[in-house]
Amino acid sequence: MVSVAPHVRTAPSPMPRSLRVVVPIIVGIVFVAAWEGLVRYLAVPRFVLPPPSMIVTALVDDFFPLVASAWVTLKVTLSAFIVALVLGVVIAILFAQSRLFEMSLFPYAVVLQVTPIVSIAPLVLIWVGLDHLERAPLILATIVAFFPILSNTTLGLKSVDHNLQSLFDHYGATRWQRLKELQFRSALPYLLGGMRISGGLALIGAVVAEFVAGSGTGTGLAWRIVEAGNRLNIPRMFAALLLMSLLGIVIFFSLSALEYALLHKWHESAVGRES
Amino acid sequence: MPIPDVATREIAAAPAQPERPLIRISDVSKTYQNGTVALSDVDLDVAHGEFVSLIGPSGCGKSTLLRLIAGLGQVSSGTIESPLSRRDARGEPIRDLGFVFQDPTLMPWATVADNVYLPLKLSGVGRRAAKPRIEEALAMVKLGSFAQAYPRELSGGMKMRAAIARALVVEPKVLLMDEPFAALDEITRFRLNNDLLRLWQEQRWTVVFVTHSVFESVYLSNRIVVMSSRPGRIVGEVEIDAPYPRGDAFRTSRIYSEFCRQTSAELARAMAGMEEE
Repeated sequence: MVSVAPHVRTAPSPMPRSLRVVVPIIVGIVFVAAWEGLVRYLAVPRFVLPPPSMIVTALVDDFFPLVASAWVTLKVTLSAFIVALVLGVVIAILFAQSRLFEMSLFPYAVVLQVTPIVSIAPLVLIWVGLDHLERAPLILATIVAFFPILSNTTLGLKSVDHNLQSLFDHYGATRWQRLKELQFRSALPYLLGGMRISGGLALIGAVVAEFVAGSGTGTGLAWRIVEAGNRLNIPRMFAALLLMSLLGIVIFFSLSALEYALLHKWHESAVGRES
Repeated sequence: MPIPDVATREIAAAPAQPERPLIRISDVSKTYQNGTVALSDVDLDVAHGEFVSLIGPSGCGKSTLLRLIAGLGQVSSGTIESPLSRRDARGEPIRDLGFVFQDPTLMPWATVADNVYLPLKLSGVGRRAAKPRIEEALAMVKLGSFAQAYPRELSGGMKMRAAIARALVVEPKVLLMDEPFAALDEITRFRLNNDLLRLWQEQRWTVVFVTHSVFESVYLSNRIVVMSSRPGRIVGEVEIDAPYPRGDAFRTSRIYSEFCRQTSAELARAMAGMEEE
């Protein structure tokens, strides 16, 4: 997952805009209807695959506890994301200032990244101790969310146009001016690309931590899934899953919107191409 | 493009300060770390108000020389006296040099006005104080109505104008230009040539202009310095003794083509020793 380029976008489709919204919705409706119909027709037991109507009922019945759990998971995800963002950017700036610093630390950042988070989780749980189990999701989510921000920002800070660097030399820019007016601005599209990946990873980290921590952390959405699974309450599992996807989607689109807001005036990725 | 009615200067009158050239390059050599000798024993004086072009084959060190004058990089031996090497009362170098790169080198995230503001911002001039100067610089290059546009919305020629405005905003005495119009089409280049000459006459700058075009150098310059490569050195000079303002009539005159022929001959002589490449 090293340095995902921030400006990959699918080519604009020649289809009219309305179709691009309507078609996926129709596909969704057809899919759900087929699911409902097949499950009923084949009489699939509801602890194997419940029909969508039953999932909706479960969602409505348990709406408040589920949303409260979703809020817990969202809080952990956002906190971890913000900590990862600050840490990643600060360390990337230090890397950009000192080659030696980067050389000595980057390999360990990679080690932290490539070690599967699930395998670190039990260790982190022991370290935070039974009294502070709620800290484990925050720590684990931060660890996974941190790397894309670090590696993308580091790459971005280095991808400054050489002529612009000469220009800043020529006008006697200070180190701080160079960082603020040149390097950080050049790195912004990379940073935003990293943030979009990290947002999703922070959610994954939070969920993994809840799974591993079990009833200790007790109130998050992931734990609701485990709990419902243990009781074979499959409709409730699906309802929680639905909310979980919703969280992921909200995070992704919020970050995409942020990217658009910051880049649409100047960056090629966000500017429509006329042909 | 009509040339505004400005005081016509005769060549003989303009560089009439023989006692102290504005830029004095003495015995300058530049060797890169990999051993490449970019410049060898270069001597060149540039007088106040002169328009000097440096011309030569690729690798003759003309851009390197320009960058050294601009203070970008260190000479290996010799000295360069320029407005940059003088200091003000506070010991800060006087940045009287505007530099225009081969690429427009605009910051894509900033509007044209913000790009032009950059040199002032870096030297601590507040936005409000800078505003009239930015507007003036943009008006000079006729980009006033594009102040709020982003570089990607501009054509190649307009980007170059914005880059020139950025060099002008510090009100330089010397303008150093490194093949600024090389990437432009001929029509745009002619127009920018005319605009540059007009501004030069109005503002009384000293210009050092790097180009690989004989025609462009003859059209613009008081004096053309011909350079050769391996090692980069000065091998000849051509005085373009034709009056300003120069316009399209000059571009098609016999004297113009005579100067082009003469300059091309100098250039051919400079390249004669490197046929094997």
